[in-house]
Amino acid sequence: MKVVLVDSGGANIGSVRYALERLGVQAAMSADANVIRAADRVILPGVGAAGPAMARLNELSLVDTLRSLTQPLLGICLGMQLLFDDSEEGGVACLGLVPGRVRRMPESAGVRVPHMGWNRLRPTRPSSLLEGIDDGAQAYFVHSFAAPVTDDCLARCGHGEDFAAVVQRGNVAGAQFHPERSAATGARLLENFLRTGLA
Amino acid sequence: MLSRRLIPCLDVKHGQVVKGVRFRDHVVMGAIEDLALRYRDEGADELVFYDITASPEGRGVDVAWVERVARIIDIPFCVAGGIRSVAQARAVLHAGADKVSVNTPALERPELINELAAEFGVQCVVVGVDSLRDADGQWRVRSHTGDPDKTRALSRRTLDWVVEAQQRGAGEIVLNCMGNDGVRTGYDLEQLRAVRALCRVPLVASGGAGTAEHFVQVFQDADVDAALAATVFHSGAVRIPELKATLRAQGIEVRDVA
Repeated sequence: MKVVLVDSGGANIGSVRYALERLGVQAAMSADANVIRAADRVILPGVGAAGPAMARLNELSLVDTLRSLTQPLLGICLGMQLLFDDSEEGGVACLGLVPGRVRRMPESAGVRVPHMGWNRLRPTRPSSLLEGIDDGAQAYFVHSFAAPVTDDCLARCGHGEDFAAVVQRGNVAGAQFHPERSAATGARLLENFLRTGLA
Repeated sequence: MLSRRLIPCLDVKHGQVVKGVRFRDHVVMGAIEDLALRYRDEGADELVFYDITASPEGRGVDVAWVERVARIIDIPFCVAGGIRSVAQARAVLHAGADKVSVNTPALERPELINELAAEFGVQCVVVGVDSLRDADGQWRVRSHTGDPDKTRALSRRTLDWVVEAQQRGAGEIVLNCMGNDGVRTGYDLEQLRAVRALCRVPLVASGGAGTAEHFVQVFQDADVDAALAATVFHSGAVRIPELKATLRAQGIEVRDVA
């Protein structure tokens, strides 16, 4: 199986590659549209801000490539946010593969932003991506912006308000948390993605 | 609900984990990878590695061990020590660290915090603050704390620096209360409460943990998001699985230990 990590300049790309290695998969890192299109699984990692990340995808001429993929695509953290229509962060248009707008998480008493640490996943419906992951399983989050809970949401999470922790729409999925840093829960999600795609 | 985090701190000196008392008299605790795996298995929520001699020796972090750690562990970790530029931070993050923590270089050139936040996002940027109460009762910051002979007392007030660091883009603050460091008499609750009142981003308490009860106190009385410790974890005086059971019994949300 050919797994490609989209080299969009995100700083966590190494960590995601190592997590796949721990599952016995050697992933290629590439910003080449042909390599990405030929992969069986595509992962879009991301740490940083939406504006610079979309600018980089535009520079690399990868926006149309990512929009037209038919194989399973998984966005991680910022990579998941980029799947949506647009982001309040920098006010940029994103890939538009999942409807909705990514917004800054509201602060309130005891609710600090960035949302940083281990929080519980609340699956909203059965899915192959979350198979074997229990209601209340904990995952590691670190982010200041979040996507809304919509029909595409597979698992929600609460920090002040509820937000989408895992989404899927057809062949496109995203995890707001970091599976590469979420111990057994994260490894299971990656394993599910590799094994069953998003069937 | 977001869990409170327990963070073993591994001071790194010349490629090994060391621990001293009040930042002096460092004793070798073991190999970096062995301790990283041990704490991961015991249920640590995150790890911090401080290259404690990088700043005093005027060099950057050796990214080779950062990459080795990133390969073997599946929990987040932060790297501190000697990061004084966007390029050095990028090298550490690309090697697999999840966050970088800056201390002395941020005091010398506060714009570094803005630059790191603009480049990597605030969630990657931790500002470490070493603080000590002066004779006049004010808490003030210290720099170059990796080497006691080079440590400098600055005129900058700790509370002012915590506010400024957040304005510049700190996504998390680690407050190390040096008066309590390594002495196991409990966290400096008074100072942590004062900083908590001014800190809107996650706050990590550091310095003074001796018993499980000290962790209960720091979460309940100072409302910190995470507690960092070294001595009690290294010595086995406090074991993470039992500590989590104690915290949970007090109604404090913690991550389940597998």
